[in-house]
Amino acid sequence: MTLCMPAADPAVMVRRASIAEALRGLVPPANVITEEETLRAYDSDGLTAYRQPPMIVVLPETTAQVSAILKYCAREGIKVVPRGSGTGLSGGALPLADGITLGLGKFKRILEIDYPNRCIRAQPGVTNLALTQAVQHAGFYYAPDPSSQIACSIGGNVAENSGGVHCLKYGVTSNNILGLEAVLIDGTVVTIGGKHLDAGGYDLLGVMTGSEGLLAVITEVTVRILPKPTAAKALLLGFPSNEAAGICVSAVIAGGIIPAGMEMMDRPAIHAVENFVHAGYPLDVEAILIVELDGPPSEVEELIARVAALAREAGACYCRISANEAERLAFWSGRKNAFPAAGRISPDYYCMDGTIPRGALAKVLARIREMETRFGLSVANVFHAGDGNLHPLILYDANKPGELARAEAFGAEILKLCVEVGGVLTGEHGVGVEKRDLMPAMFNDIDLAQQQRLKCAFDPEGLLNPGKVFPTLHRCAELGRMHVHGGKTAFAGLPRF
Amino acid sequence: MTNISIASEAHLVEAIASATGPLNVEGRGTKRGFGRPAPSRPTLSLAGLAGVTAYEPAELVLDVKPGTTVAEITRLLAERNQELAFEPPDLGPLFGMAPDSGSIGGAIACNLAGPRRFKAGGARDHLLGFSAVSGRGEAFKAGGRVVKNVTGYDLCKLMAGSFGTLAVMTALSIKALPAPEKVRTLLLLGLDRTAAWEAMVKALSSGHEVSGAGFVPASLAPAFGEERLSSGVTVTALRLEGTARSVADRMTALRALLGGRSEELHTANSRTFWKRVGDVQPFAGDNRAVWRISVPPTRGPDIAEIVESIPGADAYFDWGGALAWAAVPNADAKSAEAIRTGVAAGGHATLVRAPDEIRAAVAPFQPLPPSLAALELRIKQQFDPRGILNPGRMWAETG
Ligand SMILES: Cc1cc2nc3c(=O)[nH]c(=O)nc-3n(C[C@H](O)[C@H](O)[C@H](O)COP(=O)(O)OP(=O)(O)OC[C@H]3O[C@@H](n4cnc5c(N)ncnc54)[C@H](O)[C@@H]3O)c2cc1C
Repeated sequence: MTLCMPAADPAVMVRRASIAEALRGLVPPANVITEEETLRAYDSDGLTAYRQPPMIVVLPETTAQVSAILKYCAREGIKVVPRGSGTGLSGGALPLADGITLGLGKFKRILEIDYPNRCIRAQPGVTNLALTQAVQHAGFYYAPDPSSQIACSIGGNVAENSGGVHCLKYGVTSNNILGLEAVLIDGTVVTIGGKHLDAGGYDLLGVMTGSEGLLAVITEVTVRILPKPTAAKALLLGFPSNEAAGICVSAVIAGGIIPAGMEMMDRPAIHAVENFVHAGYPLDVEAILIVELDGPPSEVEELIARVAALAREAGACYCRISANEAERLAFWSGRKNAFPAAGRISPDYYCMDGTIPRGALAKVLARIREMETRFGLSVANVFHAGDGNLHPLILYDANKPGELARAEAFGAEILKLCVEVGGVLTGEHGVGVEKRDLMPAMFNDIDLAQQQRLKCAFDPEGLLNPGKVFPTLHRCAELGRMHVHGGKTAFAGLPRF
Repeated sequence: MTNISIASEAHLVEAIASATGPLNVEGRGTKRGFGRPAPSRPTLSLAGLAGVTAYEPAELVLDVKPGTTVAEITRLLAERNQELAFEPPDLGPLFGMAPDSGSIGGAIACNLAGPRRFKAGGARDHLLGFSAVSGRGEAFKAGGRVVKNVTGYDLCKLMAGSFGTLAVMTALSIKALPAPEKVRTLLLLGLDRTAAWEAMVKALSSGHEVSGAGFVPASLAPAFGEERLSSGVTVTALRLEGTARSVADRMTALRALLGGRSEELHTANSRTFWKRVGDVQPFAGDNRAVWRISVPPTRGPDIAEIVESIPGADAYFDWGGALAWAAVPNADAKSAEAIRTGVAAGGHATLVRAPDEIRAAVAPFQPLPPSLAALELRIKQQFDPRGILNPGRMWAETG
């Protein structure tokens, strides 16, 4: 793997033992990990193609400890990589050879459940699913539901601004959090927002969400919770072509309906999933859509009928409406198991995450088919069709020489295609190291410089998670002087909005 | 002072790059009186950089130039049964300006949102992408035209609510959403504060998808214009939106859930009522100072009590009791302190409308703790190191 990370500083690495000793003075000594074998457990996140054991892992237990660690690292010029559950798919938590991985795994407590104000205050290491589980007996839930929800942490969700199948109607993480406590690299603890809306001042809550661990370490999150919809029903629709499915997606949205979720799978994905979980998907179709409507029972009935009619008009050749809760969950079981199912039909798969305008669905799928021949690899497509968020799964075998490199080149081409048709490089998995070098496909030098200047306001020495998100590292002093008049645009032909 | 009417992005780059001192930045000027009073300075006006450049209903997206009026956008979207779901309020009349004259750039830059805020999000949640010129005189862009996007920092959030102090937007991509077919409002009459908040909490914790919840004290009920509200009773209002059948069914359920004496408003009357709530119409005609106070929902009654203790003051509530609009006869330091004490435990209070001398003396925006003030100053310096754009508009020190 040729991934260029910031050069490790030998002067820091030789001090490893003394740094570990200093950290043992800041947290319970057992929470500082230096044994090779244990470090290896932290050497990658969900993007396992890239691996690098960290210099040291430290597991603080309190905000004060996080603050002390960061203050120490800032003073000593040591790089820090924050880490939640390590399920990220873009290498955001990929360790650095000369850096400390700061794991939030011990921040596991739900601090407060406030029903009248409809929110939960939790530590960042609490899993996404645990939030919903903590309030579901009272009829509430936390809306964003990434497929990794049993494992991923709410802190990681905030850092990645994660989405899920229900984000079409209920928004992504940034639309569902009210407050944060975070620690800046100099050890300053800041509280932003709370249980009220719109924190006041610049929207730091908004910019810190999705900042991939580059701006601050999140030590507490206040999320809003919603009452559970009174009814939910899903349609399982089959289409003779991807075009027809794409037309149906656009027709539903243009028809004024925002379903709770609208997911699409193409033929290879349907077959992989059906063999794996027997969800009851039709096998003689080119594409399926799962459309879920939730809300008041009468509205759900009405909209289900409307969607079914729109699907027929778009050419659907299969239509089943969930008759009960078990059937609705069965429709979803296939979708939720799509990634592991891909893992069963291929030794390895590489999950991409671009977003495109809904109207470009069929065209983009056709282009991906063409690329399959060119790269000699096949793809199973699973995606959040309602918001145009694609997850092509490129199937490859890492043991066959050259296949991983081809898969990566294929993936890069898909993402550039997303940008070309008016979409973006990443819808929910983040830039991390994976899409870092593709950023110029979407942003020119000035755009990227301005983003990096924001980082300078938080982390002037660039110690928090360096080497992620930005293709080139600039010193803040240099960025301050830099003045790019009219700079070069990667896609000069594309309208700037 | 000179008014520089911006005609293009290139022109804006030129105007900022060649500026030798601070500039005021405005869209159509309806909210000139919002924030710390600006000294007389050359003004960049974005009113001329107007127009809808693309509207794709099936993609739920709209590209506009900043000087376009919100009213024009609203009309255009209505033709396709869509709307700006964050219900940008028209604060023009509150500041003594003509209705429907505010720009979309201004609405976003002030991060305003109407009654649906707690359900559909604020302006911040509906800006998908933008192009802007920073205080460095550099044109840059961020975000995109699709909803699912985590490519780079979410600078859209930073632009919303930055009051023109970081960069001047030249193009915006905004989310459009289907407009509800029907609207109905349940008016619970005569509840005291405790009962009103209980009703709002109950309604918002139910599965009935309430999309507006407010409380109007008896003194202000007539200002909401409904004949039947003039009877000297408090009004607790709950809005339902959706298809005709759904709204009717939920109304029945909500009435059963809450009981008591009530009235109903149907679609047209509901729209008028909630527009009055969002646009702060009850206070548009008087000359009291106006505060906007955001707190956790259950803290609303405490704010009501504080406002009541100020002679001649009135407040009504939106956002399920979490947002107070208060009119105060003398926005002196004493009443400001009383109000700010009310949000000390969480929340923020903004002095939205007051004479210049008062907004110069009483910080209009909630003062920040030192750590956040320092961080915001560093952000300002990174976008506008020479302090060209609206310096002092938000805070004396920061900009
Ligand atoms: C099978 C599978 C399915 C998935 N499905 C989805 C999906 O449907 N939708 C979706 O959006 N994502 C999905 N993901 C991706 C991933 O689960 C999310 O990005 C998740 O939010 C990461 O959380 P984490 O706790 O694992 O974070 P990590 O992987 O540990 O870290 C992710 C990033 O956040 C930073 N970070 C973590 N915690 C903190 C903190 N407390 N403070 C500051 N920075 C921090 C890290 O430095 C890193 O940059 C999936 C992943 C897998 C493996």
